[in-house]
Amino acid sequence: MAILINTTEKIPDHWTLIQSASGPDVFSALRGRKALLPLELFLSDEEAAAAQFSAIGVWLDSHQTLDKLEDRLSSLPIIALNFPVFSDGRAYSLARRLRRDLGYTGEIRAIGDVLRDQLCFLERCGFDSFALRSDQDPDDCLKAFKDFSTSYTATAVNDTPLFRRRG
Amino acid sequence: MYRYDGYDATMLEERVAQFRDQTNRYLEGKLSDAEFLPLRLQNGLYVQRLAPMLRIAVPYGMLSSRQLRKLAFISSHYDKGYGHFTTRQNIQFNWPALEDVPELLAHLAEVEMHAIQTSGNCIRNTTTDQFAGVAIDEIEDSRPYCEIIRQWSTFHPEFAYLPRKFKIAVCGTQEDHAATQVHDIGVYLRKNDNGETGFQILAGGGLGRTPVIGQVVFDFIHRHDLLTALEAILRVYNREGRRDNKYKARIKILVRETGLDAFREKVQREWEQLRGGSLTLTDAEIERCKSYFQAPAYKPLEASPESLRAALAQDVLFASWYSNNVTAHKRSGYAAVAISFKKTGYAPGDVTEEQLNALADLADRFSFGEVRVTHAQNVILADVEESELYNLYQQLADDSLEASNLNKLNDIICCPGGDFCALANAKSIPIAEAIQRQFDDRELLADIGEVSLNISGCMNACGHHHVGNIGVLGVDKKGEEFYQVSIGGSSKREAKLGKILGPSFAQSEIPAVVADLITVYREQRLDHEKFIDTVDRIGVDPFKKRVYEKEQ
Ligand code: SF4
Repeated sequence: MAILINTTEKIPDHWTLIQSASGPDVFSALRGRKALLPLELFLSDEEAAAAQFSAIGVWLDSHQTLDKLEDRLSSLPIIALNFPVFSDGRAYSLARRLRRDLGYTGEIRAIGDVLRDQLCFLERCGFDSFALRSDQDPDDCLKAFKDFSTSYTATAVNDTPLFRRRG
Repeated sequence: MYRYDGYDATMLEERVAQFRDQTNRYLEGKLSDAEFLPLRLQNGLYVQRLAPMLRIAVPYGMLSSRQLRKLAFISSHYDKGYGHFTTRQNIQFNWPALEDVPELLAHLAEVEMHAIQTSGNCIRNTTTDQFAGVAIDEIEDSRPYCEIIRQWSTFHPEFAYLPRKFKIAVCGTQEDHAATQVHDIGVYLRKNDNGETGFQILAGGGLGRTPVIGQVVFDFIHRHDLLTALEAILRVYNREGRRDNKYKARIKILVRETGLDAFREKVQREWEQLRGGSLTLTDAEIERCKSYFQAPAYKPLEASPESLRAALAQDVLFASWYSNNVTAHKRSGYAAVAISFKKTGYAPGDVTEEQLNALADLADRFSFGEVRVTHAQNVILADVEESELYNLYQQLADDSLEASNLNKLNDIICCPGGDFCALANAKSIPIAEAIQRQFDDRELLADIGEVSLNISGCMNACGHHHVGNIGVLGVDKKGEEFYQVSIGGSSKREAKLGKILGPSFAQSEIPAVVADLITVYREQRLDHEKFIDTVDRIGVDPFKKRVYEKEQ
């Protein structure tokens, strides 16, 4: 079971991740929970899911796009972005698009191959919760957010690039 | 040159501390090889079979004498007393032990240097014209914009795990000395009809397995839009560049597979999101960066003083060096001087500890304490008084740095190849040396005139063989080292890719092949025609015929 952190502490995980191969038949067994649905299942069976779950979020794999979600964002409290492998950098741009361009204010969670040495940049792209790979030391991971005290470019943490802040 | 303020210094210290911690965790077994790999690469460290290697960034090629002395120190403490100038204006050292690297980086940080993003799938060091700021045909000094790009791209959180490496070059002159069109992004400074500075931006150029000339994505953007335009291109590439096949992962493949128009449209859509936002540059920032690249304290001097003319008249070797290695300067009474690191018998681009120290002294004595590294693996003293040229020449002769072969056949661009690089198909340094020995004659070289000869040890094309007037590529033929030869390439403003002559050659045949090519040129050339122009005029066939006729 992945340990969940935000940028300051360990936090309880209230969401149940539904695997991508699943169909709506799994819904009833998980009835009443908060469910993170894979994008395709959300698009095909949102209504059935809404009838079973107490809340719905969506997760995307790194090759997927936000196109079909753009007008639904305000109803989603959480979007999780999967890292099939930590070195697949596509989700950094997805998070940036969500936060900056689409003004998404809900939770953006990193799931999958989420490791200590990527956390600082993930935060700067707009992620705010991190489901760590099970072998990661959460206390050590929490230090990663302090690796750098500032950034040259505009980030989700501070949209003002350094050149606009230099005195 | 650019000087760090408190922000730059702090971030660099934090980076050194971060890598120290990562290295410790790796050595303790808490990070796997695969997890540590991108971390060390983005700090410049290759761990390879033949020789581990650390690549240090030299932003747009500029080095101060203080930095040169630090590099000399590093070459003796961590390498075997020498370093290697690369074709991307960086410097590499071999043999650093992994556990020593954090310490080495701390040494570099003391002189505002680092190895950040010199490797790995991220935005690499931005390169430019070695004559920036002094070139006669300059539209505007490119270095302040390079510095702006350096800062934006350094620790850019979104682009640390791109599909593949990403290289940007900036050109501020009419003639292109930065091979700008064969970069992932090429930025050309331009003025519009109102005299305002802006940029033309190309994307999708590159060498390697599939060499391509970049295509225009933005014909002209306002100078304030530089970073938003770059960010838009990078974002499209990060999302859509291929990650399933390493050989198809560069942006050139994305542009080709998407189609230029569709690619432009995607970029345009991203740009609309970014344009006018916080990344929009300000004149204050541009002026701030320009303030670091002000002209040094030039004296009012007359052009070509009597002492220079006298020395030229009386010393033929000096005259030959002068005509080859000295370039006109936009200030009267000054010249830009190239110091060749292509002496026969020495690996192209190799520089010893003594030479690094000598360069530092030369810079202090003759050129305001600064040098520039070129993508042709030579070094420039950019601001030398013409009346000092003869003194400089004599000092260079004392330091054995007086080779007067700039842009000549034996000013060979050459990657480290099979002697050092684990990826190589074949050696490259011995080929360079054999060719240099064949043509080690000042008069012959002068008669042959300007020719670029570029050698890469494999398809990765670190020696830029595709854009050499003569290109040599190491290939593997059933476990044996062979070489494919091409002609007609150029990295100048009208960049061109060379055409392969035909079947590849054994190592021992290469000097004779080059000799045949040169013979055909000397037989066929018209008055003052350069090698490349003769190739353009008569085509590849006459060369091919000569080279292969012996075998038939
Ligand atoms: S071209 Fe090939 S052999 Fe030469 S340095 Fe690059 S990777 Fe190594």
